[in-house]
Amino acid sequence: MRGMTLIVRTVTSLVSAFILLYGIYVVLYGHLSPGGGFPGGVILGSCLILMVLAFGKKFVDQIVSERAPYLWDCVGALAFLAIALLGYYGGQFFYNVLVPAGSHEGTAVAGNYRLFSSGIILPCNIAIGLKVAACLFGVFAVLSIFRPKNPREDQTP
Amino acid sequence: MIPYVLAIVLLAVGVYAIACKRNLIKVILGVMIADYAVNLFLILMGYRTGVGGAPIRTPAMDTPEKFAAASVDPLPQALILTSIVIGLGMTALMAALAIRLHEKYGTFDVAEMKKLQG
Amino acid sequence: MDIVLVLYLLIGFMIVAAVIAIEAKDLLSSVVSVSAAGAGLSIVFLLLGAPDLAITQVVVEVLSLVILIRATVTRKDTTYDSRPNTFAVAGGLVFCALLCAVCYYAFAHMVPFGDPKMTMGMPYLMNTFERTGAANAVMGTILDFRAYDTLGEATVIFASIIGAYVLLRHVGRRSAADQESASPTRKSSATEWRTP
Repeated sequence: MRGMTLIVRTVTSLVSAFILLYGIYVVLYGHLSPGGGFPGGVILGSCLILMVLAFGKKFVDQIVSERAPYLWDCVGALAFLAIALLGYYGGQFFYNVLVPAGSHEGTAVAGNYRLFSSGIILPCNIAIGLKVAACLFGVFAVLSIFRPKNPREDQTP
Repeated sequence: MIPYVLAIVLLAVGVYAIACKRNLIKVILGVMIADYAVNLFLILMGYRTGVGGAPIRTPAMDTPEKFAAASVDPLPQALILTSIVIGLGMTALMAALAIRLHEKYGTFDVAEMKKLQG
Repeated sequence: MDIVLVLYLLIGFMIVAAVIAIEAKDLLSSVVSVSAAGAGLSIVFLLLGAPDLAITQVVVEVLSLVILIRATVTRKDTTYDSRPNTFAVAGGLVFCALLCAVCYYAFAHMVPFGDPKMTMGMPYLMNTFERTGAANAVMGTILDFRAYDTLGEATVIFASIIGAYVLLRHVGRRSAADQESASPTRKSSATEWRTP
């Protein structure tokens, strides 16, 4: 797959930092405004796909090894499961161990509506965002970069 | 009741595409349309007329009663979030199947693929 | 304008886009038309008070469009319905008419539109902020009260993406042409893309 023209490459190299920043914002502030792990992860995956489409296959082949998307996909899924098992420290599966009970009466308490205010929800959002971004980039990579040149000679009989 | 019936009409369009089309890509598009129809039906069941605000709490809402009187039902939204993402995984898997079938048979025609060989 | 009127217009737009998608002769037109239906659904989500779902639907729609175009546009043959199977088409239309008629009678006994019972929604709305600390009630529901469902969803995504990987990998070693085009060093590749 070739890359695109000079205009597209220049604009992509200027804009993709902002798209990645927006994706990270949507993942991190999921418990305070609309968003969360799933749309934020899809936005991050879409930005990586944009970079692949603009710069071509040869450039990406040397930076991303064939196993990298699968590895980060598994890391994200295992992190989510580890957070769930951490709940046994509080007594149940998926127990919210980081929120002390009874600490959020009313809205005048300092610490409400902050980034670190909702216990287990923030690490879960980060794990899910990482997992979804890696798996969508991996599916696109397998569809377009890591395909053999002549598919018919690689089939099992 | 009319919005519910319109959502079922969309579902009927999707089911017609799954059952009666010979092109494999049209079948995949039919599955996607049926998925949209079901999500539409679920969100129509959670709407409260006259109240219609998003279920996000601001500092202006002091008590839980004020918050509950100003927002729509959050439970269908939680179910639909799951369903949208699962629909994406389904689309990716169906597209991968369609690519491999095209490489093996050379065509997207379902009737050609069902013929007995030899 | 009344919100119900705008809702009818948008759902009518979705139905028209869906019918165009399944009857168009060109595959690219069908795929773009289904994406238009998805965009209409995202606006319906926003109107009905679900901004979370609107964001998710838009980005998932874009990604489905990219994957489907990759699967369809590079293939040559497009449509096979030149001799339609009359029995199948007639049976399909009769079934769809029956479905709409039965649902019309069934919905007369459902809760009316705009007035849900909220048997479980009310406790979730009242207790989310105090028990979980999340201002977004939907996030508090799916990651604290019903986190098991989210674990199941992550498992389903994981399994379907692994299925797509297994189907699309190439079996055996890379051909020699692929291997020698992938071996130059990083330094030469960095200068290669900077010069126009």
